Amino acid sequence: MKPRILASAIAAAALAAHPMLAQSATISDGVVKLGVLTDMSGTYSDLAGPGAVEATRMAIEDFIANEKPDFKVEMVSADHQNKADISANKAREWIDTAQVDAIVDLVTTSTALAVMKVANEKNRISLVTGAGSTPITNEQCNDTTVHWAYDTYSLPVGTAKAVVQQGGKTWYFITADYAFGHSLEKNTADVVKKSGGKVLGSVRHPFPGSDFSSFLLSAQASGAQVIGLANAGNDTINSIKQAREFGITPKQSLAGLLMFISDVHSLGLDATAGMYLTTGFYWDRNDETRAWSKRYFDKMKRMPTMVQAGDYSAVYHYLKAVKSAGTDEAKAVMAKMRATPVNDFFAKNGQVRADGRMVHDMYLAQVKKPSESKYPWDYYHIRQVIPGAEAYIPAAESTCPLMKK
Amino acid sequence: MKGKHIGWIVLIVLGLVAPFLVYPVLVMKILCFALFACAFNLLLGYTGLLSFGHAAFLGWAGYTCGYAMKELGLSPELGLLAGTATAAVLGFVFGSLAIRRSGIYFAMVTLALAQLVYFLALQFPFTGGEDGLQGVPRGRLFGLVDLADTMNMYYFVLAVFLGGFWVIDRAIHSPFGQVLKAIRENEPRAISLGYDVDRYKLLAFVLSAALSGLAGATKTLVFQLASLTDVHWHMSGEIVLMTLLGGMGTVFGPIVGATVVVGLQNYGAELGQWVSVLTGVIFVICVLAFRRGIVGELAVLIRRSGIRM
Amino acid sequence: MDIFGIPIQALMGQLLIGLINGSFYAILSLGLAIIFGLLNIINFSHGALYMMGAFVAWIGLTYLGINYWVALVAVPVVVGLFGMIIERTMLKHLYRLDHLYGLLLTFGLALIIEGLFRYRFGISGESYPVPELLSGGFNLGFMFLPKYRAWVIAVSLVVCFGSWYIIERTKLGSYLRAGTENPQLLQAFGINVPLMITLTYGFGVALAAFAGVLAAPVFQVNPVMGSNLIIVVFAVVVIGGMGSIMGSIVTGLGLGLIEGLTRVFYPEASAVVIFVIMGIVLLLRPAGLFGRER
Repeated sequence: MKPRILASAIAAAALAAHPMLAQSATISDGVVKLGVLTDMSGTYSDLAGPGAVEATRMAIEDFIANEKPDFKVEMVSADHQNKADISANKAREWIDTAQVDAIVDLVTTSTALAVMKVANEKNRISLVTGAGSTPITNEQCNDTTVHWAYDTYSLPVGTAKAVVQQGGKTWYFITADYAFGHSLEKNTADVVKKSGGKVLGSVRHPFPGSDFSSFLLSAQASGAQVIGLANAGNDTINSIKQAREFGITPKQSLAGLLMFISDVHSLGLDATAGMYLTTGFYWDRNDETRAWSKRYFDKMKRMPTMVQAGDYSAVYHYLKAVKSAGTDEAKAVMAKMRATPVNDFFAKNGQVRADGRMVHDMYLAQVKKPSESKYPWDYYHIRQVIPGAEAYIPAAESTCPLMKK
Repeated sequence: MKGKHIGWIVLIVLGLVAPFLVYPVLVMKILCFALFACAFNLLLGYTGLLSFGHAAFLGWAGYTCGYAMKELGLSPELGLLAGTATAAVLGFVFGSLAIRRSGIYFAMVTLALAQLVYFLALQFPFTGGEDGLQGVPRGRLFGLVDLADTMNMYYFVLAVFLGGFWVIDRAIHSPFGQVLKAIRENEPRAISLGYDVDRYKLLAFVLSAALSGLAGATKTLVFQLASLTDVHWHMSGEIVLMTLLGGMGTVFGPIVGATVVVGLQNYGAELGQWVSVLTGVIFVICVLAFRRGIVGELAVLIRRSGIRM
Repeated sequence: MDIFGIPIQALMGQLLIGLINGSFYAILSLGLAIIFGLLNIINFSHGALYMMGAFVAWIGLTYLGINYWVALVAVPVVVGLFGMIIERTMLKHLYRLDHLYGLLLTFGLALIIEGLFRYRFGISGESYPVPELLSGGFNLGFMFLPKYRAWVIAVSLVVCFGSWYIIERTKLGSYLRAGTENPQLLQAFGINVPLMITLTYGFGVALAAFAGVLAAPVFQVNPVMGSNLIIVVFAVVVIGGMGSIMGSIVTGLGLGLIEGLTRVFYPEASAVVIFVIMGIVLLLRPAGLFGRER
């Protein structure tokens, strides 16, 4: 695994697949180059990171094998360490000196926003899969960004609605005290109220936190039926762990508002059984998802998260658009990406909107009890399919100027 | 003095040529950190005070400059000035509290104060918290020069760096600098000679903070964003490393140190988590075997060979 | 019954939780104080060693089947030995130099240790189960207190005051204190001072590792658990003043309580409150609450 991660550029396969490579006139320098900018070592490296690089690599190899393009496809990757300044710098450098045409993954909102701006300025495409805040396709939207796997609007639509319908009428939030947490809390509270539930209060914890017991105690004192966790990564993991320890669950139930399969894997089913969560992808949903995920598993020894699966889907869609547009110029490729529906193992009839949002079905999942889990990574019951039209911000509510046209 | 002149000439020539050889944005980053390291060196190398909280000045000035330009619409030169001034004020507050202690206590106090600043940066809405302050316009310098152009920006950054460096160089070789060195070598003696040691220390601290702020504000201008990275205590550690590696108490050392460390982070980005291990290893080696730093060791070598000649 | 509009149950609960956190602060700042006392080094790698303690316990359980109770004793010994190796091979060479080099060296070591664990175990961390005997909890009326948390308070108090007793009230402790005051003289009396220094460093490190093992079932065991905590502990140490062993224990526990109170009244400030207190203490007593001017 290691040497592969370390290798920054690959896809010599491109040459092998197409020995009589003709330099395409409209593709700048005959190469389409993708830059995977992700968290290789930090909090989000399990849900994106090396897996995102591998997924992109798979997409490139499959594209070359299936579509036999007349251009080369290359990839570079780097660790942005979840820092906006490093991301912006790397993106700028890639575009200026390495002729990178599109930047992929971009986990964490701050890095995504930073790169989107740089890429847009230089007329390059950002394929955002890792980050989730809604500003990416709303107030900060631009015409060279595509937002793929999920966002903070789509997550509570499934989870909060389902939980309220199951009888969880009163809510209390434990929120990470930063932009992402705030927006997740707000979006969720809206859904709760719309579905007939009630929000009793919320507490904001410093980010990142390690001890959540006192916040959990406040949540307990509120007497709410459901404690919504508007945080991510280790914060969510620790909250869940400690809620169990203090006997808060199962008396009150928890709703993880942003949970990835990697979090469930790390916490174990004992701690998470019965929780609802919303996801854009689950590996064990049908034959197609299983087939792809098993290939991925063979390489990474982990099942893909929705971010990693989304990377593959986004890159493949992008490369197809480059091929049919016959150029790697951003605006032309974007037009093709919008015009073509996304149909692969990740999404059926997915549609890239003017604001960059890739609208696709989301899935409401419930974590299995340990006794129900039959094989490794058998974690979710898919309880409901949320149609794309419901899962994402309706055009009328969008604050992106591009949607007004 | 001759060596110093050669150093200056090499520095200026390299500065002028560099953007044609290396990616200009990277050179700008190096220049910002080099200025930061030189400002830090004024305190560590020449006054003997180890501050473990210098990230606060770099970061906070960055935020101030970004805010001034983005929200208040100030021009770049006023933005830099605002950043530098804020850092100087902050430096005065830190300094007044910290110089009452020395040695390790001093380091701890500055670290803890910087942490307070970090939390403020996280909480205040104008900083954008986790997302950082993004989309800062570069603006037009004095209303004339468009800094959005990379080369214009580069030469402006070079000018800022050289200006800052000149101030530090002057400070070091002035009577003021001599007193600082006297304090570093033997504080009781400096006191007995009648110097108001605390005032000198505070002045050095404020000067160092202000120039760190200038570096931070410039950095915001280059990258068009200010983020939590620059206020985090890791940054305070990194700047110690740059200074130590290059050679503390040498005029040019911090520049070399900054170049090496920034270069390592840039070209080593593919190594992922190994960068932090490697940084740690360099730290340990420097402390154990290499305390004079690159420039310091070179100077010793040259002096020795000179004697032999 | 309410106090300032806060139900007394909630207040009691939060105070108790504050005490639990305070226990961790106390053990860690005690370790720092002991090392500082004799070696005059601020052990920046303390957080990394705390993390290492938690990880070694987890590794022991996962790969070797070593249970919690054994780990509680064995892990501090193992990590303590690791600390002694560091002292012998690296720190030893720095005693003649400015004490700041010790801080820088341990800072570098912290980066290395953390980086290596990050490389090997990823960042999201691993779960360590609460030992069978201590699972479940007591219903105190105002809150549900997990048995394990009660155990944390009890055992930390025992360890902290035990260490205090050894240092302040036994012969061994008197050597140690003498070593702090005047190592040359102590050497002249035939005490092997370098060995004592090594053992002391090992003991301080072992305390950090012990805190790590205690923390493992409470928090997710992950490579950055130490670096998040250590900065707070440094503030605790600055407030306490590093002058006395008792001071570090009392300050640790006290600040835990204050932090707990803040969480009731103004949760957003709970991460800052210790630093604010530190600022105030520095203004009024630059040497810290229990510190002596040097």
